[in-house]
Amino acid sequence: MQFGIFTVGDVTTDPTNGRTPSEHERIKAMVTIARKAEEVGLDVFATGEHHNPPFVPSSPTTMLGYIAARTDRLILSTSTTLITTNDPVKIAEDFAMLQHLADGRVDLMMGRGNTGPVYPWFGKDIRQGIPLAVENYALLHKLWREDTVDWAGKFRTPLQSFTSTPRPLDGVPPFVWHGSIRSPEIAEQAAYYGDGFFANNIFWPKEHFKKLVGLYRERYAYYGHGSPDQAIVGLGGQVFMRKNSQDAVREFRPYFDNAPVYGHGPSLEEFTDQTPLTVGSPQEVIDKTLTFRESFGDYQRQLFLMDHAGLPLRTVLEQLDLLGEEVVPVLRREFAKGRPAHVPDGPTHRSLLAARDTQEVQA
Amino acid sequence: MTTRLVVITAGLGRPSSTRLLADRLTAATQRYVTDGNVDNAGGGGVGVGEVGGDIGGDVEVRVVELRDLASDIAQNMVTGFPGPRLRDAVDAVTSADGLIAVTPVFTGSYSGLFKSFFDVIDKDALTGIPVLIAATGGTARHSLVLEHAMRPLFSYLRAVVLPTAVYAATEDWGAAGDDALALRIDRAAAELAGQVTARSVRRPAAAEETFIPFDRQLAALTPKG
Repeated sequence: MQFGIFTVGDVTTDPTNGRTPSEHERIKAMVTIARKAEEVGLDVFATGEHHNPPFVPSSPTTMLGYIAARTDRLILSTSTTLITTNDPVKIAEDFAMLQHLADGRVDLMMGRGNTGPVYPWFGKDIRQGIPLAVENYALLHKLWREDTVDWAGKFRTPLQSFTSTPRPLDGVPPFVWHGSIRSPEIAEQAAYYGDGFFANNIFWPKEHFKKLVGLYRERYAYYGHGSPDQAIVGLGGQVFMRKNSQDAVREFRPYFDNAPVYGHGPSLEEFTDQTPLTVGSPQEVIDKTLTFRESFGDYQRQLFLMDHAGLPLRTVLEQLDLLGEEVVPVLRREFAKGRPAHVPDGPTHRSLLAARDTQEVQA
Repeated sequence: MTTRLVVITAGLGRPSSTRLLADRLTAATQRYVTDGNVDNAGGGGVGVGEVGGDIGGDVEVRVVELRDLASDIAQNMVTGFPGPRLRDAVDAVTSADGLIAVTPVFTGSYSGLFKSFFDVIDKDALTGIPVLIAATGGTARHSLVLEHAMRPLFSYLRAVVLPTAVYAATEDWGAAGDDALALRIDRAAAELAGQVTARSVRRPAAAEETFIPFDRQLAALTPKG
């Protein structure tokens, strides 16, 4: 099982002192956070993609390429890559290039974004969100698997005898996750291709995501990729920890109360009760995260949101120390217990390469 | 057969005249459903069809006081999902056989709290549900709120809004010998009873997660010819 962090890349004023980091500071902080993730033994760093303030990560492969050069083991991923508004040809090229530079430590998560206006910024029709996601990904999938592509679709100019370069490393395309907050169509799309499905699992109660993951697992089996419990599931999570539970609550409350997404709404206590957010001791984080398996079955990837709502970099780095030292080792141990042998681990370039070679030997 | 009647009342006072009107509409509707006919209705015959003699049954009434859910509704606006208490109320409303919806008139329209409750309900969740709309106000001058605000709101939600809507101004509660309000309540209740008992076939619960098989999604994008 893989553990990591995902970041939205928001520039948010620290509500405890009114200080707002500059874009430059925030971008550099994201890099520091990614490197810290590797240092404390996490497996994955994923960045969002946004094209409007107060978010900075508009160019994920630039950032991930830089991080790739400063890390050795960390898998670099996205949360999410906009499959609706990016040209699939450019996604194919950018991520294949990144894959080579990072020696295969790359995967990506497809998403439709959360900002309607982004569609016209890239010349796309907002009313076509789902069809764009479907067509663009179908093309991307093809570009990574066929050396010469002839293609015609609804939303972009046709391709004739087109080869996207560089070809994927070792002929193995980056693994793709499909992220969704609400759309069953996306769970269906992930199942169809036998790709991974990532449930954001942050903002809403888990019952909602249980339905989506359940649908994905069922359809994964329907399309013949394996049994439902072999489907590749990733989950989000959101935590704030201190040694003592009360200290965590006291310190995080002002950030929670003013958080851009849910601030000025329910109390911290109500929200932690109703959603997967955990604010407390490392043990409480462990306990809550272990319940995810009861809800969603054995899964492959757990990402935590750690750097948001204006938390200062120093605090985020302390959080990552706690996560890497006290939480994740226990989670690795506990999640391994009773995990059936036929349930796959989180996908890596090596595992995909091995699977490909096995298939070729069999064929 | 048990009929599930859910009453939504947005009155803020305790006691509340909005709740009082809701209770009278509820009692009258309950009577008609239980008795199973409308022939002896006070407003009988006025735009009311035969309900039939043998379809009476139990009525299960659930009253949703929006005042009790005020902060839950505001929180749903912020977070995008209902807390447990609000979810329970929304589930009751969306699975009801019939609704009675009563609001006070505030600033020329339904109250913000009343509108907010329906703002956090899925727009397709009330499709086909009969709704008796009613409102209270200080003076009768606002009575067209029912026709110009309430009725379009529920039409948008594709609920079946009954022809008779009931408005109660302060003066209606005190007018001695004038039973105009009672007659309107009676007529509206008979209409609602007729609708809920006629709904022998329940509309299938809207599938919460509808999805289209992927090959159909792909096929829809394949250029023709």
